[in-house]
Parts: sequence; structure tokens; C-alpha cells
Amino acid sequence: MNPEKQPPQDDESPGVPGFRTWRGVYLFVIGCFVAVVALLTLFTHLTA
Amino acid sequence: MNAFDWFVLLGTMLGIAAYGAWRTRHTDTLNTYLRGHQSTGWGTIGISVMATQASAITFLSIPGQGFESGIGFVQNYFGLPLALIIVCAVFLPIYRRFGVYTAYEYLGRRFDTKTRLLGAGLFLLQRGLASGVTIYAPAIILSTVLGWRLDLTIICTGLLVIVYTVLGGSVAVSLTQKWQMGVIFGGMITAFVILIVKLPAGVGFGEAIGVAGAMGKLEAVDFSFDPNRRYTFWSGLLGGLFLSLSYFGTDQSQVQRYIGGAALREGRLGLMFNAVLKIPMQFFILLLGALVFVFYQFQPAPVFFNRAEWRHHVEGANGQAFGALEEKHAQLHQAKEAKVRDWLGARAGRDDVAEAAARAEMVAAQQAVEVVRKDAKAALVAADPRAKTKDSDYVFISFIMDFLPHGAIGLLVAVMFAAALGSKAGELNALGSTSTIDLWRQVRPLAAADEARNVRVAKWLTAMWGLFAIGFALFAGFAENLIEAINILGSIFYGVVLGIFLVAFFLKKVGGTAVFWGAIAAQLVVFGLYFSLSISYLWYNLIGCAACVAFSLVLQGLRGAPGENAA
Repeated sequence: MNPEKQPPQDDESPGVPGFRTWRGVYLFVIGCFVAVVALLTLFTHLTA
Repeated sequence: MNAFDWFVLLGTMLGIAAYGAWRTRHTDTLNTYLRGHQSTGWGTIGISVMATQASAITFLSIPGQGFESGIGFVQNYFGLPLALIIVCAVFLPIYRRFGVYTAYEYLGRRFDTKTRLLGAGLFLLQRGLASGVTIYAPAIILSTVLGWRLDLTIICTGLLVIVYTVLGGSVAVSLTQKWQMGVIFGGMITAFVILIVKLPAGVGFGEAIGVAGAMGKLEAVDFSFDPNRRYTFWSGLLGGLFLSLSYFGTDQSQVQRYIGGAALREGRLGLMFNAVLKIPMQFFILLLGALVFVFYQFQPAPVFFNRAEWRHHVEGANGQAFGALEEKHAQLHQAKEAKVRDWLGARAGRDDVAEAAARAEMVAAQQAVEVVRKDAKAALVAADPRAKTKDSDYVFISFIMDFLPHGAIGLLVAVMFAAALGSKAGELNALGSTSTIDLWRQVRPLAAADEARNVRVAKWLTAMWGLFAIGFALFAGFAENLIEAINILGSIFYGVVLGIFLVAFFLKKVGGTAVFWGAIAAQLVVFGLYFSLSISYLWYNLIGCAACVAFSLVLQGLRGAPGENAA
């Protein structure tokens, strides 16, 4: 059996409240990253 | 350390190891031994991924980094969230679809046996040699500070991790890592709280942050394009992306942590857990180091934090010169404390002119102290050219030993050992699995169906790698240059391995022979550049990866036909 012929699992629901797709989860993680960088930049300026 | 500290240290370390070994003693199916229980949830996977990455050196060196150079090192992790998203979206679904035990097994399915053996061989060479360093590096620091015998520290740590990793495989690794991370988080938060409480009267958290900021220790983000700057947003984002992609996507010690679980969802959420938490966690550890720096502004500080090394020279032939440096440092340090208090007073008075003048005096006083510290390091090298002058690794452990109450000392030493055991276990588990699946099964293809025999072999090979790591660590002291070479070797292999995987995932027309020779050529280019250029090791990940992809495409183009084994 060729494993690649199995049905793709990428469409699996993330099962996280508020997120219907994995794309949404990835965007949320990118949003968190941007927020953390923004907060660190602010922290750098405030403490300089 | 007193009896209470020993009770906390041995209680937590032996308790976790014994619990892990006992709970997983009946692990006898190959799938469970190599990939963990089918029921493993995303939380366990996420913590296991974090614990495998965070070695003892993370908790010894990173606070020292914050103390010495500030928190800018956090930028090195900026590529990590993006890399983990790519691993989740591309790497993990393919590994699960193929149902592989190791990342290199996938290379065999996608290309051919020689490419699989190349990937597995590079991993075993790099990780196998590094496994000795993972035990040696924290052991040398802890044994120096605590006065323990280095050989016994190495042997005890190594044997403890071998016992439960061999008995329970992946299940034992993730189960113990969960408890070890609990100890690590508990210990680091305890150290942070005690540090704040022990600041002198009139200096609270806000004032401490103010002092650290004014001394230039809190520059977290630097958007400049200056290549001479060690840590910038751009080098962290780009270099860190490739490094993290190689490490999380192709290093079996990480792949093994997330390919298990009931569904794809568990591995993905475990990785996303790390994508969100890793930067804040590293920031916290670095901030702790910066606050230790502030703490030492109000306490007598040693001129050189590796006191055993310093004492050895003070008691030696040039003792007078070393004593004079020590005295000069003590005087300047005391004068600086007065300047810091003056600055805090001026800041509280909200007088901008006085504040600026006091700040300039405080910074000048700090620079004067730094000059003496540099002189002290130069004196060490003059007395012994092989002397280790990097003392930042000793800063946090010195703070723990000198200022934490008993009980907390035991807990924080347990943090270091928990981190050492957690990362070591993940490493041994991956070495044992790769040796069994990618090497032993190649030699004994008929034995692949005998599950019990496979588990037995995996256990023996895991134990063998553990004993090799102990043996290597015991002799590492005689070959310090070798340790450095191994660390460099790791960083210059990663890019090429990532290149092989990227070709496998994205360039379906490239076959095994083209990628195999493309990878060899790319590795030679990286070696050549390493010996002729002087650039940050982060860039070799990018260069090695790009060269491997480009050479594979060119070679496949020259061969004409599409990949012979391309899936």
C-alpha cells in the first residue's frame, strides 16, 4: 500500500474552541509572535 | 548544600526517575517504545518538545548571558514560531502519513537507501558525539561550584538517565520530562521571587528594571542591519528560522517527540504550544539574568565568577598580582554601588538634568569595573594560556549557592539536573531508535517482523549510546578543543540535512542520486566556507540548505530523467 494514497489528514479540525481551521491557528500564532515582538520593542524603548 | 538540600535534590531526581521507570516497565511493543502511547495528548507532547530543547546549559548559561550582555539574545528565537508553523503544516503531516518511526526512514521511502543512510549517518555522527558534551558541559560547572567529583557527577547523571530511558523508551522520556519541567518552572519562579525579595530596601522590581535598563541590559530588540551586531531582529528571524527548521523538522530527537499521539492534532498543538511560549520563556530566563546583574550592584561581587579557577591562581606564584586585581575590583564595585544609589535618588527626584548626570556617572563606574574584569581575564590567560575566561556560566549558580535559602538551593540544583536528564533522555531515545530502524534493520531485514527482537535491540542500542556518552564525557576534559569542534560540526551539518528534506517535500522531480550527491557537494562547500570565512554559524544553516537544493536541481537537470524513486 502506498501511504501517500491515504486520505490527507491536513483537513482535520484543530478541535480548539474558536478555531475552525489550522490556518486560523497558524494566524493566531503569528499574531502572538507579532504582539510579543511589539511588546519587547516597547519594553526596550521604555527601559532605555 | 546541607541535608535538606540533598533531600530535595535526590528526592526530586530519583523520585522522578524511579516513577518513570516503574510506570513504563511493561513497554514491550515497538510502536509504543519508539513513538509513545497512542493516547499521548498535545500537552505532554508540547512539554516533551520543550524539555528536549532546554538542556542544563540553557538554565546555567542563559541567565549568565543576561547578566553579561543583556537580554538581546532573545532575538535568536524569533525564527522559531515561523519554523514550527512550517513543521506543523508540511513536515508533520508527511511523517504521519508515511507512518515512519524516524525522519530518515521517510528519506528512504521518498528517495533511496543511500540517502536514508546519509541522513541517519549525519544525525548519529553529530548527535552521538554531542551526547557526551550534553553530560559533560553542565557537570564541569556544577562539580566546580559544588566541589563534587566530576567523574562521579557524570557517571551518576548518565546511569540514572540510561535506566529509565532504556526501560520505558519514548513513554518514559515524555512522562519524566513532564515532571522535570514542573521542577524547572517551580525552581526558576522560586529563584525569581527570592531575587526580588532580597533586593535592598528602597529597591523594588521597578527600580531594578530601571537600573538594568540604564545599564543597557534590557535592549531586547534591535532592528539595525549592521552585520557586526551579534544579535539583531533580522539575523534572529532569518538565521533562527533555518536553524529551528533544521532542528525541529529533521533532528530525530525532536521528531520523535511529536510524531506519536492519537492524531495529527496532538503533535500540531504540542508544537504550537512551543511556538507561543518559547520566546516569553527565554525572555523570562534572560530577564532573571539581568536582574541578577542588578542584585550584584548592591552586593560584593567576585572579580571572576569561576571562583575555583580564580582561587587556584590567587594561591599560585603570581598570587600578589591577582590579589591586587581583586582589591581594585572591590573598591570600584563599592564606588559603583554609591553611583547606582545616587542615580536612583535623582530618578526619584524627577530632575532630568540631575538624572542624566547621575546616569553618566553610574555608566562610567560600570565601565571602570568592566575594565578590571577584563584585566583579570587577561591575567588568567597570561598565567595559564589554556585558562577558561568565560565566567558568565558561573554567575547564576554562584547566586544560587550564595544567596538562596537552604531547600531552594537543592531545588535549583535539581532544576539543572532535571534539564540535563530531560534533554539527555530525548537524545538517547532518538539515537537508539535511529540505530535500530535505520541501521540495524538494514543489516537484518528479515528481523524487522520480529517485534520483540526489535524492542530488545532498541533497548540495547539505547544503553550503548548512553554508555558511549558517559565514556566520552569522562574523557572530554582531556580534549577541550574536541568539544568546540563538535559544537561547530553540529551547526555546519544542519543546513545540508534540512536541504535534503526540503528537496524531498517540495521538489518531487528530484530523485535519490541527485540529492545524495547534491548533499555531499553542499557539505563540501560549507566545510570550505567554514575554513575560509569568519561568519556567524547561523548563516551556515542557510548556505548549506540553499547549496543542497541548488546542487540537487542541477544534478537532476544533468541526469535528465525525473527522480528514479520519487514518490
